Amino acid sequence: MTQKAVVGQKVGMTQVWDEDNKIIPVTVLKVTPCRVVQIKTPDTDGYSAIQVTVGEREAKKLNSPEAGHFAKAGVAPGTELVELRLDDVSEYTVGHEFGAETFEEGEAVDAIGTSKGKGFAGVMKRHNFSGQRATHGAHLVHRMPGSIGQCATPARVFKGTKMAGRMGSDRVTIQSLKVVQADPEKELLLVRGSVPGPKGGTVIIRNAEKKAGGAQ
Amino acid sequence: MTMNLTEHVEQGQIRDDIPEFNPGDTVKVHVRVVEGNRERVQVFQGVVIARRGDGARESFTVRKVSFGIGVERVFPLHSPIIEKIEVVIRGDVRRAKLYYLRDRVGKAAKVKEKRDR
Repeated sequence: MTQKAVVGQKVGMTQVWDEDNKIIPVTVLKVTPCRVVQIKTPDTDGYSAIQVTVGEREAKKLNSPEAGHFAKAGVAPGTELVELRLDDVSEYTVGHEFGAETFEEGEAVDAIGTSKGKGFAGVMKRHNFSGQRATHGAHLVHRMPGSIGQCATPARVFKGTKMAGRMGSDRVTIQSLKVVQADPEKELLLVRGSVPGPKGGTVIIRNAEKKAGGAQ
Repeated sequence: MTMNLTEHVEQGQIRDDIPEFNPGDTVKVHVRVVEGNRERVQVFQGVVIARRGDGARESFTVRKVSFGIGVERVFPLHSPIIEKIEVVIRGDVRRAKLYYLRDRVGKAAKVKEKRDR
């Protein structure tokens, strides 16, 4: 399903005008050239993917396993290693570079990122529970979940019951976003709508799995 | 560095033909209206009661009283549908957001004209 993908960095959101003079909200992504470090094939790894790196990092700041990995590939070390699952990796070779030119204006893409961490969140924020009454004798239970099960049968709380806990910092995919503008010269990609994660966060952009061709 | 990049994207959208105006000023906004395949210009005249936002995302609110009913319209400052903005009267006001005008009628809803010092 995935023919192509790139790694980018979320810059922030702004807006652009379309040909009908309507405002389009866009997320700006910085897509610096991705360098292929390793190619994974079904024969060697059981699945097909490419491992890429972006940016640059001083050689002395690498630990020795990383240094060895980059040296073996003969690729300049980058800030991080990201794996891109692709159906067909035969077009790629180690050391190959690609960037914002991978995508064209009007194409539909999926954006994968790590959502902002929300910390320990209650059930109203985390699972959209309704909470309890504000008045009529409600005491210290306004944002509580209520019952979490029955009594003697089953005499336990079922696994997976929605409760308060850590929220955010999850891998989130937003599907079928439209590429508003692709500018390989400035290494920028403008995508309609929002993209998970904070500014500066790593985002994987791949062609939309559920929508071929143009979006919206 | 990252901040500059979104500004970079906005750079091309910023119009340099917008006159300087402030909250309290009475302005005429000439708006392009598309009706079917015909285009004409409509004028919206009123008092600027707010300006908000920054860069290419800045917008302003114009209020007028039309047939006894208050009408407010929010325009993106750099919108391509705005043909031009004319400043009719410079107003003398002491705050940036003139939302208090909504609660006033008649003479109380008037903004004093700015005298040259």
